[in-house]
Amino acid sequence: MRQLLSITLPVALGYVPLGMAFGVLFVSQLDYAWYMASIMALLVFAGSAQFLAVGLLANQASLVEVGVAIFLLNARHLFYGLSLLSELQLRGWRRWYLIFALTDESYSLITSLKADVRKQQSLHWQIAAINQGYWVLGCTLGALLGVGVDIPTQGLEFVLPALFIVLCVEQYRVVRAKGLMLGAAAIASFSLWLWSQQMLILSILLSLSLLLITYRSGRWIATSGG
Amino acid sequence: MDSYIWGLILVGMLATFATRALPFIVLGQYAQHPLLKFLGRYLPPVMMVLLVVYATGSMANDVSTGVILGVSAMCVALLQWFFSNPLLSIFLGTLIYAVLI
Repeated sequence: MRQLLSITLPVALGYVPLGMAFGVLFVSQLDYAWYMASIMALLVFAGSAQFLAVGLLANQASLVEVGVAIFLLNARHLFYGLSLLSELQLRGWRRWYLIFALTDESYSLITSLKADVRKQQSLHWQIAAINQGYWVLGCTLGALLGVGVDIPTQGLEFVLPALFIVLCVEQYRVVRAKGLMLGAAAIASFSLWLWSQQMLILSILLSLSLLLITYRSGRWIATSGG
Repeated sequence: MDSYIWGLILVGMLATFATRALPFIVLGQYAQHPLLKFLGRYLPPVMMVLLVVYATGSMANDVSTGVILGVSAMCVALLQWFFSNPLLSIFLGTLIYAVLI
């Protein structure tokens, strides 16, 4: 247990405050009971998707829009699984729980374990479970704080765009896809102007088309080195 | 209203689980397909741009709010670019927005 706590401490320092921000945002922006924030942390367990869900709930988005947007937002997870596939020997519910709870942070912790520690497969799902514990704790504390204390929540709605801007900067730092990102910005602005109600679905479809055209043109091979 | 949030949580859970479980179900037989590798690299940055516009677009109701959003957004981007500390960037950026608004 001590080993688990020391391995996961950095994640606790990230998850508890971020979860609290989610909890406060959830109760201050929406009219749902505080414990729905905890239920979301238990069942969905995806940071950026939960923040997006607050925006989607506030806009009364359709469930199709919710499904497509969250799937594509989390699409990077598709590629984590692939790299763990060969070594994952857990079976039964532990295996499925680890897959369910494979967040960015759990994935990076597990894949950065030292080789001798990494062989203890039971550690993998326990790390994921402890991390989810921190997340549920943070979300619950934040929701309770938001309900109980009359903190000034004006301007708090900016947490959502701020989170996506941070992720955007990090993506740019790694991928450097300037042309595609500018193209996506143009598509998103156009969709917002044309049909603000269905902006998300429209801009996702247009961006996927842009990606497919870019792929077909074969130009990406020249720019993807690195 | 209550059935709506339960529906959203269920859909959100299934959509998230699908992204985490699909590689284990289809056994990665398509993992090496160049289109998947291409999307794996370029879909995430494109999605983030869309979500930035989606999240700010639903808040910009008038010109002055739009200007404040733009200024705060630039602050977040610069903070993140130079300090690479997500919590700091989000916290300070939101504080700037809250003061200006």
